[in-house]
Amino acid sequence: MKKNILKNNAVQSLIASLLCIVLGLLIGYIVLLFINPTGAGDAILAVIKNFFNYSRANLQTKNFGNTLVKTAPLLMCALSVLFAYKVGLFNIGAAGQYVIGACASIYAALAWGWSWLPCLLFAVFAGAALGAVVGFLKSYLNVNEVISGIMLNWIGLYLTNMLLTTVKEATSPYTFHIADANPSAILPSLGLGKLFSGNGYVSLAIPLSILLAVAIAVILDRTKFGYELKATGNNKNAAKYCGMAERRNIILTLVISGALAGLGGALLYLTDYEQWQCTTSSVPSMGFNGIAATFLGGLNPIGTIFSSYFIQHITSGGAYVDKTMYSSQISDLISAIIIYLCGFVLFIKYAINAGIARHEERQSKRIAAAEKGGEK
Amino acid sequence: MRLESPYAIEMLHITKRFPGIIANDDITLQLKKGEIHALLGENGAGKSTLMSVLFGLYQAEEGTIKKDGKEVQIKDPNDANDLGIGMVHQHFKLVECFTVLDNIILGVEPTRKGFLQKKEAREKVLALSEKYGLQVNPDALIEDISVGMQQRTEILKMLYRDNEILIFDEPTAVLTPQEIEELMQIMKNLAAEGKSILFISHKLAEIMAVADRCTVLRKGKYIGTVNTKDVTMERLSAMMVGRNVNFHVEKKPSVPGDVILEVKDLSVASKVHKNDAVRNVSFKVRAGEIVCIAGIDGNGQTELVYGLTGLEPAKTGQIFMNGNDITHASIRTRSVDGMSHIPEDRHKHGLVLDYPLEYNMILQRYFEPEFTDKAGFLKRKPIREYSDRLIEQYDVRSGQGSITAARAMSGGNQQKAIIAREIDKNPDLLIAVQPTRGLDVGAIEFVHSQLVAQRDAGKAVLLVSLELDEVMDVPDRILVMYEGEIVGELDPKKTTQEELGLYMAGAKRDEVKA
Repeated sequence: MKKNILKNNAVQSLIASLLCIVLGLLIGYIVLLFINPTGAGDAILAVIKNFFNYSRANLQTKNFGNTLVKTAPLLMCALSVLFAYKVGLFNIGAAGQYVIGACASIYAALAWGWSWLPCLLFAVFAGAALGAVVGFLKSYLNVNEVISGIMLNWIGLYLTNMLLTTVKEATSPYTFHIADANPSAILPSLGLGKLFSGNGYVSLAIPLSILLAVAIAVILDRTKFGYELKATGNNKNAAKYCGMAERRNIILTLVISGALAGLGGALLYLTDYEQWQCTTSSVPSMGFNGIAATFLGGLNPIGTIFSSYFIQHITSGGAYVDKTMYSSQISDLISAIIIYLCGFVLFIKYAINAGIARHEERQSKRIAAAEKGGEK
Repeated sequence: MRLESPYAIEMLHITKRFPGIIANDDITLQLKKGEIHALLGENGAGKSTLMSVLFGLYQAEEGTIKKDGKEVQIKDPNDANDLGIGMVHQHFKLVECFTVLDNIILGVEPTRKGFLQKKEAREKVLALSEKYGLQVNPDALIEDISVGMQQRTEILKMLYRDNEILIFDEPTAVLTPQEIEELMQIMKNLAAEGKSILFISHKLAEIMAVADRCTVLRKGKYIGTVNTKDVTMERLSAMMVGRNVNFHVEKKPSVPGDVILEVKDLSVASKVHKNDAVRNVSFKVRAGEIVCIAGIDGNGQTELVYGLTGLEPAKTGQIFMNGNDITHASIRTRSVDGMSHIPEDRHKHGLVLDYPLEYNMILQRYFEPEFTDKAGFLKRKPIREYSDRLIEQYDVRSGQGSITAARAMSGGNQQKAIIAREIDKNPDLLIAVQPTRGLDVGAIEFVHSQLVAQRDAGKAVLLVSLELDEVMDVPDRILVMYEGEIVGELDPKKTTQEELGLYMAGAKRDEVKA
């Protein structure tokens, strides 16, 4: 019997993800057409090209570096969402855990003058602590993790604004440059910056996040812990039946999930690529984009590496849209549309499977009809 | 008059295929007006598929459906509804927090200018309930009423919609003998009033008692239609399974040894009622014997097992295994200390359906050094070898062996996998809850022989069963549970099904001492 390649889960995920991307770009293009038809083609190309908008090679690599710098925290948020999702939990709190991680690392660097490694660990701890709160509420009081996660996002945001006001510039809402105030807290470059035309922001963060993606894949696939977590996520009752510690696993999952997102915050701000704006009034989209990256990556840690990069590529590319033709928010809008469509991966996989089933039914009918004809 | 067809509904030469299987192979079913027609067959005989075709959930590849002699097309359940076909499902489709009346009118609410006209509806419901002797309280909430009244609500739902063809899918499985008696009377009343009734069942005695005619299916094929007056139960049974089945289990007399499980005054709270589901139950199970908890579904057997296995906490009382108090021990501790549990619901508890078979085979043992190394990594090769051995030894059949997703396996083989896993754990105490539910005859024989083999190997076996044949044949002792209490202890060699029935119905009880 010949195997239908479309039935392979990995192939399906890949096709679904690619379809989502194409669909997102198409709808983005249509929206641009409505706003201003003359520049639509150029604008969507600008988004796709991202750093290729520069003609000089060294500027291209330098800006490629910048996209990667922001991919690392996004990947961490995506891994955070993915890890919880495998256990049947939807960690929308990753956004807040990311913020609190950023807060912890910036504060430790500026107020206490810690060097980079303790700063990172402190961010991990802060994210984990926030995750633990969600976990305890979920497992002992059966509070939905989405509700408590969303509320903690806001608590985390305002806590961060409050705390970081003590380490901000006198005349602007931004925190001090860590590179000036405490260079020891800047993540080591490991010489990677040279590969990107001397981009000083490229650092340890990028290989570290990829390494962690591989580690998560191994944990989920090859370890007893992963076996338990996925069993709990697939069938809570069976997990209980065979004596897995369900409550402990839920808390542990959200702690790890929070730690990953918290680390993501530190991996961005300890490069000094951005400074925290203490008047931020909405939870940064990084955590939410992590959700899109998780699904676009086919719920696979390795796939998430690529989907995170793609989403960041589009987001960064949005900055190159011609602002004389479109208002400045258009770049966010276009990337948002594409990211939104990325969430449809599971739907498209479902459609593929339904299509295969229909096809097989038709075929079996035809075979049956042929057999019947043969008998007569 | 002569032109009018005598049949309310006819399904002629229906064939329905699924990839790899013919679920219905040239099946004909003709339901006369005003008759009670039984549809008999084992699980997997094609009864459900045939009904799904009638309801438009599936389209048959071949064959026609006629209503009153005219050919009709049924493309979806709405078409079936328009033709006056209604069904009481085995698992009721009622909104728990609605009243009886609200449930009956759900979907066909009488309204005027967008406002509900419940008064009219109430009058119609009361009139119907009077006419057919269906006692219900229209204002009671579903969650507060008995299963029997819930079923009457379902029947009223069909009558309220003026359905002429009423289908009852295994309606007696959840009822007490008295309620079954009442239901039989109701069905006869309905038929006398001109309704046509299709009665799906595999219980021969009920079919003999109530049905006029009976159509038998076996493995997707049409075996025949008989007048129940003209046949015996033995004949029907042989038609259903295709051979004369000896349900009797061959076994030597038991040699009971030490007490393995001792339960003292155990009570377990109920999730649905205010009363405890298990009330002050005490009993012992010894090594080398099979003890069966018999009873009608919903008399606390499920909760008793939950209490014994640790899925639910014990409210009061004590549980001892091998002399150790395990009342408050964790599920894992009980399992490691020698308790195996073949669960009632294999999809809910027994399997992780999206895991491959090999991962399901190690579900109770994955943490042991045999399958997990010191660093916490799964040992993939030993897992595969272990799974392959169980598959071989217990003849578990699946598409791709160890890597088959549990979801893709047949119910019988899923059950075999669970039994293999639980028995191979080499337990001191094996708790088997309805281990033959949904299995075909061959698989049932396999399960029973495994239980007896465990007994002969000196294990204590606690069997929970709803099937009378199983209760009479497999165990060495029977404990009957009624409304959360053990009301009788019987010796299967000395008792009769009739006596057992009296205990199960609560009509008879002894003071049972542990």
